[in-house]
Amino acid sequence: MEQKLNVSSNPHIRDHMTTGRIMQLVVIALMPATLFGIWNFGFHAFLVVIVTVLSSAAFEWLYDHFMHKQNTVGDFSAVVTGLLLALNMPPQIPLWMPVLGSAFAIIVVKQLFGGLGQNFMNPALGARCFLLISFASKMTDFSVSDSFRGAVDTVTGATPLAALKAEGFVEGASVPVKNLFLGNIQGTIGETSALAILIGAVILLIFKVIDLRIPLTYIGSFSIFVICYMLASGMGFDGNYFLSHLFGGGLMLGAWFMATDYVTSPITPKGQIVYGCCLGVITAIFRLLGGSAEGVSYAIIFCNLLVPLIERVTYPVAFGKGGKKS
Amino acid sequence: MGKLTFKGGIHPYDGKGLAKNSPVEKYLPKGEMVYPLSQHIGAPSAPCIKKGDHVLAGQKIADAGGFVSVPLHASVSGTVKGIEKRLTATGGMCDAVIIENDQQYEETEFFSAELPSLSKEDILKRIQEGGVVGMGGAGFPTHVKLSPKDPSKIEYVLVNGVECEPYLTSDYRRMMEEPEKVVSGLEIVLKLFENAKGYICIEDNKPDCIEKMRSLVKDHSRIEVRELMTKYPQGGERTLIYATTGREINSSMLPADVGCVVDNVETVVAIYNAVLLGRPVINRNVTVTGDAVSSPKNFRVLTGTCMEELISAAGGLKDPTAKVVSGGPMMGFAMFDLQVPCTKTTSAFLCLAHDQVSEAKMTACINCGRCVRVCPGHVLPSRLATLAERGDMAGFEKLNGMECCECGCCSYVCPAKRPLTQSIKSMRKMVLASRRKK
Repeated sequence: MEQKLNVSSNPHIRDHMTTGRIMQLVVIALMPATLFGIWNFGFHAFLVVIVTVLSSAAFEWLYDHFMHKQNTVGDFSAVVTGLLLALNMPPQIPLWMPVLGSAFAIIVVKQLFGGLGQNFMNPALGARCFLLISFASKMTDFSVSDSFRGAVDTVTGATPLAALKAEGFVEGASVPVKNLFLGNIQGTIGETSALAILIGAVILLIFKVIDLRIPLTYIGSFSIFVICYMLASGMGFDGNYFLSHLFGGGLMLGAWFMATDYVTSPITPKGQIVYGCCLGVITAIFRLLGGSAEGVSYAIIFCNLLVPLIERVTYPVAFGKGGKKS
Repeated sequence: MGKLTFKGGIHPYDGKGLAKNSPVEKYLPKGEMVYPLSQHIGAPSAPCIKKGDHVLAGQKIADAGGFVSVPLHASVSGTVKGIEKRLTATGGMCDAVIIENDQQYEETEFFSAELPSLSKEDILKRIQEGGVVGMGGAGFPTHVKLSPKDPSKIEYVLVNGVECEPYLTSDYRRMMEEPEKVVSGLEIVLKLFENAKGYICIEDNKPDCIEKMRSLVKDHSRIEVRELMTKYPQGGERTLIYATTGREINSSMLPADVGCVVDNVETVVAIYNAVLLGRPVINRNVTVTGDAVSSPKNFRVLTGTCMEELISAAGGLKDPTAKVVSGGPMMGFAMFDLQVPCTKTTSAFLCLAHDQVSEAKMTACINCGRCVRVCPGHVLPSRLATLAERGDMAGFEKLNGMECCECGCCSYVCPAKRPLTQSIKSMRKMVLASRRKK
């Protein structure tokens, strides 16, 4: 027999899903939020997205090139990082800042720890928090605005959460629910439209890129905490206040796209539930009791650090090891 | 109530359509016949013939090498050419009796018996004498499996007709063509365990088979047909027991520990042949299939037949052929040489035009958890594979590495195309070897 046969260990068939395809699906799922953000915030937002994505990919390529590593730009993970970072930028940010953020995300958070799969913290959020600490005023400046939707409807001023923080419950919570849900509010480029984010989330769910464990426990525990807080503080249940918290900040983008990041979330099914609960509670504490209006980014990178511990205490019981033994 | 199943598992392309509708053809071999002395788990059989002897089909050529061992029988008539080391389908060399086939197929005399006249000891003895082993692939001597410490504690006898491996159709054809033999074989096993119920377990992708079996056992008080959800590895011993009875066993337990006995369809038919007809295991159903073989078929093959011959009988290999697997695509063995014999545990030869394994490019693990979701053993395959690659034996055992059943689901789903099963499997072998040393 002249033909050579391949030999390998079982199994001899493979699923068609690859890392690259997963990352591409995430990019596709982020498109509704990205396009809405650009439409909502105008041409500069478009520039921010392009510059952040390209610079992330470029830093990935440069690092691989100079460290003589295999080129990993093709797996699209740097594109996902860049896109998430862009969606976490205020629309009027000077362009050099997202570039700096990309460098931090790709080189410091991701590559220095060993590259794809080895980073202990979500690179995009690590970079956002780095920028937030270093350039607090620029990163929370939502005062100037632009839009493709026409000058009349242009949104300006504070984000709904900042308004809540500054003016308190009743006065601050004055944004119409429709605007909160559709995204006609101030915020970072990608976080404002809950609708666009949820469309993306449905795409991820359909293609089984994510499951509901982390997002639902995150949003659920956060909601419970906020409701308890409202009742405990004596203001009673205020629907608008509650919805401002759900849709007015980074919660939706964080819960569906960043808390679900594979690398920095627990691999154990029970651990994912614990992780989601931790996220919800910590986000609520940061937002309600902390000094800043937003809490999602810090809560996620903080919980990223808890992941090894969560995994250790939620190690699954092996088949046949826990049930009744007769 | 949902369909009977287990947690985890995968739904690969099933490929059964290729050979499903081809009735079993008898294949008469031409060349020399090779009978490895280790076709089962346990002590190798001890040859009882010598070079130059003339043997008949069905004649014993090797005795059982101990209690956990079975005799071996010639499947053709001819002359013994000697005992030589030969390559087997699993890739190792094994002592084998070589017989030159005289093409006469003269049979030795078989002594049939009636079930009511046989005692339990007689039944077990006839099963061992017939050389019956687990023909689903493991090759564990059946008489040992059927002799648990306390036979009265066995509550379920499960006939494994699940055939969850993609592409394979040999059990399906057996159940479609000779269902009454499966039922008779099960009746024999039930005679050994008077407190047991018999379940014939079939996946719901074989509705015709389920219907046929159901109509056959409808008046039977102790036998039922169980319909299971189609999912790989539904036919694994542990997953099958769990799906049908809700009981769990781990790697250090036997099915008998939870009152179960599991036997493959092919094994049950072999029990029928051995006990009632006195015919030993000298043939079995083998599926020759895959996109690289010209006409996929099911054969009734005499043990000892060369695989290359059998593939030619199915029209030969197409060009290109990237891989030939003995067994199914999930747990079978890839072969580098087709000059290997069919044994009692050969269920299929799968010929693939493309090798998805070597075509896939391995990347870094992204911790996606797909392997965890599909693992029927409820362990963390990606972590175990990392520990295995590092050679951390203690850590591997601590994280329940020994609970892996090597089903291959983790490697199948891994988007980074990491050979998780392979790493875990080799580590398990090392752990077992070091346990034996102690």
